[in-house]
Amino acid sequence: MGEAIVITSGKGGVGKTTTTANLGAGLAKAGNKVALIDADIGLRNLDVVMGLENRIVYDLVDVVEGFAKLKHALIKDKRFENLYLLPAAQTRDKTAVTPDQMRDLVGQMKADFDFVLIDSPAGIEQGFKNAVAGADKALVVATPEVSSVRDADRIIGLLEAQEKHKPFLIINRIRADMVKRGDMMDIDDMIEILAIELLGVVPEDEAIVVSTNRGEPAVLNPQSRAGEAYRNIVRRLQGENVPMMKLEDDAGFFGRLRKLMGFKG
Amino acid sequence: MFDLFAKVFGRDDASKEVAKERLRLVLVHDRTSLSPQAMENLKNDLLKVISEYMDIDDQGFRVDFSRHDDAMALVANIPIRSVKRKSLSQ
Ligand SMILES: Nc1ncnc2c1ncn2[C@@H]1O[C@H](COP(=O)(O)OP(=O)(O)O)[C@@H](O)[C@H]1O
Ligand SMILES: [Mg+2]
Repeated sequence: MGEAIVITSGKGGVGKTTTTANLGAGLAKAGNKVALIDADIGLRNLDVVMGLENRIVYDLVDVVEGFAKLKHALIKDKRFENLYLLPAAQTRDKTAVTPDQMRDLVGQMKADFDFVLIDSPAGIEQGFKNAVAGADKALVVATPEVSSVRDADRIIGLLEAQEKHKPFLIINRIRADMVKRGDMMDIDDMIEILAIELLGVVPEDEAIVVSTNRGEPAVLNPQSRAGEAYRNIVRRLQGENVPMMKLEDDAGFFGRLRKLMGFKG
Repeated sequence: MFDLFAKVFGRDDASKEVAKERLRLVLVHDRTSLSPQAMENLKNDLLKVISEYMDIDDQGFRVDFSRHDDAMALVANIPIRSVKRKSLSQ
């Protein structure tokens, strides 16, 4: 029996889809059987971030409505044969699916996969309720900005009220240079305010944009700092104890050397 | 150099401090789910009760959340114009 993990945030554009794609590819690379569900019905995106947009035949709503079999709707990844995507419907809206239906679907998928990752839409309405319905664990993505932290706090409140998920925090798009001059909240500030356990910190990284352009998750790029952060989160999701990566604004030789030594240990 | 300065003198105007302070206040409202309207009602109710005992300056009357060490507190600042003789004799 696998584990279902929802990636959510409240606010849009903070990195849920990016995180889902990277953790999915990373977990698959580590040998797990992984399924990604794009629960952002009407705003399908995970397919393009994964570079799988040309292979879609059926979608989540087709499966839930019994129009297509799950195994026919799942798209196999081009890089890993143990990685699959269930795309969102693009021409329907969130009300096409209910939380009960999602719970059934995710439950069914957990029997076949080690990890089922669910990419949640923004908001706290039905789309969010659908996305969290079948999840065992929730990852809350937030950027170090007032509006994102506020929305994350709201989501954490909703998740904790359900008493089903213990939410974990992923801080995304942090910039060491801005933190250093006091113009961006740092990791400790965010943990203090949100009062949940930290799972990982992903730096702002141009490689994310480049990798999204290509449909190749950055986690597979050994040069990318964000990719490295995602690789660490993947290991933590598998139960390993990995120290948090040091925030650095200089990617020079010494910076890289220190970083390498920091984490090999 | 600038960093050293900032460390030594402590930059209170650093924008992250502003962000944290604003978040702190906004989250108390969010978490207690007290809307600005509810705060206004609370204030008016307090005003009504306290006015039975003393004459207070309702212009200067302020109710707000504030942090004391690690706990949040509801702090009211109530300027008194005069204390009513009646309430004292009771
Ligand atoms: N760590 C990062 N560094 C740079 N850009 C990022 C990072 N994380 C996300 N982005 C960019 O931010 C945008 C929104 O990300 P996305 O994952 O689509 O957010 P969401 O799914 O929460 O709406 C995308 O253009 C993405 O490339
Ligand atoms: Mg998204």
